[in-house]
Amino acid sequence: MGKVSRLSRFNVASLALGLAFLYLPILILVIYSFNASRLVTVWGGWSLRWYREFFNDRAMIEAAWMSLRVAVASASMATVLGTLAAMALSRGEGFRGRTLFSGMLYAPLVMPEVITGLSLLLLFVALNAERGFWTVTIAHTTLTMCFVAVVVQSRLGSLDRSLEEAAMDLGCAPVRAFLLVTLPLIAPAIVAGWMLAFTLSLDDLVIASFTTGPGSATLPIRIYSEVRLGVKPEINAICTLVIGLIAIVIVIASLASKLSSSQGESAAPL
Amino acid sequence: MADELEGIKAADAARPGAHPATGRPLLRIDGVVKNFGAFRAVDGVSLDIGAGEFFALLGPSGCGKTTLLRMLAGFEAPDAGRILLGGSDIAQALPHERPVNMMFQSYALFPHLSVRDNIAFGLKRAGMARADIATRVAEMVALVKLDGMEKRKPDQLSGGQRQRVALARALARRPQLLLLDEPLAALDKKLRESTQGELMELQRRLGMTFIIVTHDQEEAMTMATRIGVMDAGKLVQVASPRELYEAPRSRWIAQFVGDINLFEGELQSREAHRVTIATRDAGTLVVAEPRAPVGKTTVSVAIRPEKVKLSRRALDGDADQGPAINRLEGTVSDVCYLGGSTAYKVKLDAGGTVRSAIANTARRDSDAYSVNQRVVVWFTSNDCVVLEQ
Repeated sequence: MGKVSRLSRFNVASLALGLAFLYLPILILVIYSFNASRLVTVWGGWSLRWYREFFNDRAMIEAAWMSLRVAVASASMATVLGTLAAMALSRGEGFRGRTLFSGMLYAPLVMPEVITGLSLLLLFVALNAERGFWTVTIAHTTLTMCFVAVVVQSRLGSLDRSLEEAAMDLGCAPVRAFLLVTLPLIAPAIVAGWMLAFTLSLDDLVIASFTTGPGSATLPIRIYSEVRLGVKPEINAICTLVIGLIAIVIVIASLASKLSSSQGESAAPL
Repeated sequence: MADELEGIKAADAARPGAHPATGRPLLRIDGVVKNFGAFRAVDGVSLDIGAGEFFALLGPSGCGKTTLLRMLAGFEAPDAGRILLGGSDIAQALPHERPVNMMFQSYALFPHLSVRDNIAFGLKRAGMARADIATRVAEMVALVKLDGMEKRKPDQLSGGQRQRVALARALARRPQLLLLDEPLAALDKKLRESTQGELMELQRRLGMTFIIVTHDQEEAMTMATRIGVMDAGKLVQVASPRELYEAPRSRWIAQFVGDINLFEGELQSREAHRVTIATRDAGTLVVAEPRAPVGKTTVSVAIRPEKVKLSRRALDGDADQGPAINRLEGTVSDVCYLGGSTAYKVKLDAGGTVRSAIANTARRDSDAYSVNQRVVVWFTSNDCVVLEQ
């Protein structure tokens, strides 16, 4: 390592401005969640009052529980489906329409959520499905599985194909070769994909509001409807908790993908 | 030439392609064809390989040699033909059902497993007892001289060490046939040379049958007892290194294996044991009669540079008995000192250019020729070959 390049004053200023732009609103929200005052904009000293309030608010707790269950269920389904799709796309190099399929897999990434939500709503209505936990879970699975597929596919792409062949050569049937060699090597990417799907599901408002039914509001829907009646400091407390949860998940996901890429270097052929 | 070739052939016959006891080869490849879409990668290859042979498949990239090897390992299924190993057809068997192991060009070491677990991987799959696995792994580690490295992960090893782990892992199951796909391509020159020697030594000691795929003709010549040259999916010649070099079957093989001078010409006359060929740019040459009678009239005369000698003045006296001597006059146009030998290019008065490699047997260069020097190029009729294709 030679000279450490120094940030000029301009760089420092623009960095500070950018970070402030991104995080100042969140920081204010977090600080005000500890506000003792009933008025959102008036500081009344430190307190955990609104956190207590939240844990006593049954409707809010139910919505949070609903969101967590949807996030876990849809992330798990999306991980299985996304991983299978990634394997099909990275292994089946020769099959017809591969480009079309991978394009189709990535399309939901850029599709406006309103369209995804509306189309799913129409589908559920047409199928006469009772809207609630499962419809939201399925909708979130459709949204997040392509994110999982992208993460897992990039990992599979960097994996030496002959690793699996070597396992077969050394006496593994194809399924066993996958379980003993490929799966451990792509596991970090799968974990990262799951985390990503979990956070996406947890904070989704648009698709959930299209596909949910009465009595099964997710946390974002609940918060949104509360805020329309006026912002209670309790909302700040809930949001702070959600931010905390998502931050933890993101850190784990990035650690997992870092682990994955450092293994990838050693897996690469010479 | 003819007698000499017979000698080469006889030496080859001493190296059996067939199993000594049963007379049956260990491996018989019979009319194997493999297509990838419209592209025919392997085009009707038939080949017998005996137990204990060190066989090299040699060819330029894209000639189908790796596809053939992958069919032996079971990663590709042939579209036609049979692959008989010890008498039973394995052409459609899956990789894990074959008593064959492969060493991959990328080594394909499992990055999440230690050296020990990499070597033990195949043994565990074979259901070997724990104690036996430990013994075999220790044996393999000693064999490839990796003592003390057992607990390391592949990314903590050097290129040469990884190559050894890959070899140990492939040998651990004691396969009937070991396939090596460009095993030395990732090593630097010095390491490659010493590893070549170690591989040969190992193969002799274990008495195992090795099939190596390489695009490096020097590597094939050094290690293999027999070489199969492939071009465009076809096996164009199977021969010992010596026969391949001294009696290539076609111009393409002659040029692919080593350096060679080629002169095209018309067949003029046939005398006792020799033919005369009028070449386009090297005058009239006398060549010992080839084994197979020459069918065509347009042929090529091929001669290796190290068999082309130079002289300062015309040699006098032609031997009535013994080989005829071809003499060509020319001017040295290029001199390239290579240490062990010196490569000369001589512009012939007849128009062509001939390359000559002369061993530097003395430290003083009193014998050296310089650019623009007039020389006589000479070689005997036994030193060149007539090629039809």
